[in-house]
Amino acid sequence: MHIKWDDIVITGDPLILSAQIGITLTMLAIVVGVTYFKKWQYLWDEWITTVDHKKIGIMYIIVAVLMFFRGGVDGLMMKYQTAAPEMDFLDAQHYNEVFTTHGVIMILFMAMPALIGLMNVVIPLQIGARDVAFPQLNALSFWLTFSGAMLFNISFVIGGSPDAGWTSYFPLAGKEFTPGVGNNFYAIALQIAGIGTLMTGINFIVTILKMRTKGMTLMKMPMFTWTSLITNIIIVFAFPILTVALALMTFDRLFGTHFFTISGGGNAMLWNNLFWLWGHPEVYIVILPAFGMFSEIIATFSRKRLFGYNSMIISIVGIAILSMVVWVHHFYTMGSGPVVNSVFSITTMLIAIPTGVKIFNWLFTMRKGRIQFTTAMLWSLAFIPTFTIGGVTGVMLAMAAADYQYHNTLFLVAHFHYVLIPGVVYAVFAGFYYWWPKMFGYALNERLGKWHFWLFNIGFNVTFMPMFFLGLKGAVRRSYTFSAESGFAPLFMLSAIGSLILAAGFAVLVYNIYYSTRYADRKISTDPWDARTLEWHTASPVQPYNFAITPEVKALDAFWYMKKNNEGLVLKEEELEEIHMPSNSWLPIYMCVVFGVVGFFLVFEWFIPAAICSLGIFVGLIIRSFDYDEGYHIKLDVIKKTERAWRGEK
Amino acid sequence: MAKVDKSLPLEYQTEQSRLNILGFWIFLGAEVVLFATLFAAYGSLKDNFAGGPTPAELFKLKDVMIETLLLLTSSFTCGIAIWYMRRQNLKGLLTWLIITLALGAGFVFVEINEFIHYVHEGATMQTSAFLSSFFVLLGTHGLHVSLGIGWAILIIIQLIKHGLTPTTARKTFIISLYWHFLDVVWIFIFTFVYLARMVF
Amino acid sequence: MAKNHENEKFPISHIAGFIVSLLLTFAAVAAKKYTDLPMITVMWIIGALAVIQAILQLFMFMHLTEGEGKVQTINIIYAFFCAIVVAGGTIWVMTSGHVHY
Repeated sequence: MHIKWDDIVITGDPLILSAQIGITLTMLAIVVGVTYFKKWQYLWDEWITTVDHKKIGIMYIIVAVLMFFRGGVDGLMMKYQTAAPEMDFLDAQHYNEVFTTHGVIMILFMAMPALIGLMNVVIPLQIGARDVAFPQLNALSFWLTFSGAMLFNISFVIGGSPDAGWTSYFPLAGKEFTPGVGNNFYAIALQIAGIGTLMTGINFIVTILKMRTKGMTLMKMPMFTWTSLITNIIIVFAFPILTVALALMTFDRLFGTHFFTISGGGNAMLWNNLFWLWGHPEVYIVILPAFGMFSEIIATFSRKRLFGYNSMIISIVGIAILSMVVWVHHFYTMGSGPVVNSVFSITTMLIAIPTGVKIFNWLFTMRKGRIQFTTAMLWSLAFIPTFTIGGVTGVMLAMAAADYQYHNTLFLVAHFHYVLIPGVVYAVFAGFYYWWPKMFGYALNERLGKWHFWLFNIGFNVTFMPMFFLGLKGAVRRSYTFSAESGFAPLFMLSAIGSLILAAGFAVLVYNIYYSTRYADRKISTDPWDARTLEWHTASPVQPYNFAITPEVKALDAFWYMKKNNEGLVLKEEELEEIHMPSNSWLPIYMCVVFGVVGFFLVFEWFIPAAICSLGIFVGLIIRSFDYDEGYHIKLDVIKKTERAWRGEK
Repeated sequence: MAKVDKSLPLEYQTEQSRLNILGFWIFLGAEVVLFATLFAAYGSLKDNFAGGPTPAELFKLKDVMIETLLLLTSSFTCGIAIWYMRRQNLKGLLTWLIITLALGAGFVFVEINEFIHYVHEGATMQTSAFLSSFFVLLGTHGLHVSLGIGWAILIIIQLIKHGLTPTTARKTFIISLYWHFLDVVWIFIFTFVYLARMVF
Repeated sequence: MAKNHENEKFPISHIAGFIVSLLLTFAAVAAKKYTDLPMITVMWIIGALAVIQAILQLFMFMHLTEGEGKVQTINIIYAFFCAIVVAGGTIWVMTSGHVHY
């Protein structure tokens, strides 16, 4: 299959041309800048080859913020195009590409990296451990995610973006109806990133089960750790489904098989089935860590223990199990019949129950607490009513018979944005404001934070609330325009204005990051919120080895107990030992490049180069197999110096 | 991390080993779901012949039984290899590991011949949905076996180079888990793909 | 069921596992080839034999219950639950209603 050069370098489109120029210039600027400041060695030693979970977490978060920008611009472009009837800013083909990349980026390259990033930073600290179970695998997870993200993003300027929706339904997504490389990018980039995520799942399950500090039984774990454990279990059992679905898609597009084709006995509905078998657990993968973060933040800023710990755990286990048996609700209208639809309606409605339990537990946590209206808490407070709107509209959609009216209208789009944004994005923002001081040694500005919050929250509601009504009036999703006669124009315009307010909120966040990095006070407490969990019993930023002596846990809210009973807070230097640390490794970044190159060749169907370069993957695996490096030890004097610095001289 | 517990079998003795073995079991859980998804696709598409060859025309019991016996025996010999490992018998371990790989290679050889035969009969993965799902399911399993043979060769080299240490014992144990698992998957392939649709 | 294999002079549990696996395999072939039972009955029989053989091999060959036996066992049970939901659920959804052709 000979892909012509014209297909690779897209010509004749001003937006794409400016992106090509912009990307080239930015990359050049970065290379020149790093060289000028002589920072290559630093970057290589401290970030590119690191296996430190805290730094890996920060790299994930950087990717998430950059991807938020890209996905957000996609959203703004859609809103601009639909602000008035018959706009011609984006034609239908481009609109399709924009909503496709918007969806893929926001879910897979913004939400997932942000959450996995925060899990990476916080979880080992919360359980009193010095690292994750498999540090090098952890680095590989990040670099594979990065590889997939870069491959996906490059499609905009080389080859053309995928255009069949983030759900990539067949037969549209197949070779017959969408030749060209756009959907190849989808199949292969997501596959690479998915492998990284699966490894994260395995890594964190073993970490949480096996590396908790002394005295921390399962029932004394913080709620964020619990939700992360359950999330990673769902990841391990759901992502292989995506792996297979994407592989079958790749085979259909690249090798002419008949899994989802119209001819040869293929079945397009099988794609929907497999995609959503993964896709539904995926939304719980993003929401559960968010719930965990809210649990921590609400408890801390109500200055009260989390209400209903046991019922919280039962709820998240229930959600995890139920999440595997609701997937058909995404395609009730595809014709699986009344029995199947009824069963899945019931399971879908059932999932609202444990979620409701959690909402009430958060409310009861706040009751009779002493609320502190920090920015992190504001996000949590706004989450509760806004997410509930998303939740109850979900129950409406759950009823299969009713869904025949709502399906694929803007009502559906509004529903899932009302659960994803207040649920996941607000949690990510709250997590940023909450854990920023621990990650970087200074806090994000609270005044700017409140501007960020109000602009974003108001903007979000003004953008998406009208879409419920548009959907009920009959406006469909994924449609690049509408007519003036439809009567949709006023609400679309209102929604578009809302998106500008939303964008302003995001801009304030970016400014806050810049402003705080430049001006914020670096002499702040290592426990600025007077918090309850172990990650706050460390330096800010956290020392490389996390804990000089791993703490002993006596109760739930371990750090709070230590503070209230004045136990375990003082370091006994006689008990210090040398600390073993894993060595840095260049293999993860090597695999990132190799997978990226192989992926690129596969996208363009240059099979011989792809096969040759895939040998590079095996070389990497062989090198890893023969690696007997045992790491290194941090000496006692270094430990003592570090500890005295943050604890104050004894 | 060297919380060494000498009362346990060699492969479990260090803390890192215990983590690695647990991690691998969890990976096997993911692989169960991976193969289940391939079975799901096969189960949905297995009757879509598109006018092309059917199982009745293609499947031969003799070939399938040979493959089954080769793989099952190799799983048994792999177990014997670990039995020797637990008795600190490096020579026994290597001998039975190599026998295992030979049987595994035999399996791959017979399977490739089976596929070539099908292609000559006009049954390729592009012919019909049934054949697409058949070849991808079987091919994924066969690829796993082939990669396992390569992996095991790497382990054998390390056993020869480093001898039997807690680290090499753990690596050997993990690949034995992988090998046994592939036979467990084959049980289901044999039953639901071949035997269920065999015509005598 | 964590048999202590350390003190055996002879790998008896492995040999037993191997022989029973062979018997289960031949029994499945016999059920299909040499009986006149209806297809659905045969499917249940060979399916059950497959599951038994799989469980047997998990215990006898793979030492499922050693090490973190409890976690590993729960892990495998949940994996098989997911496998049934994925495979069985897909086949059910794809063969119901008017989508099946």
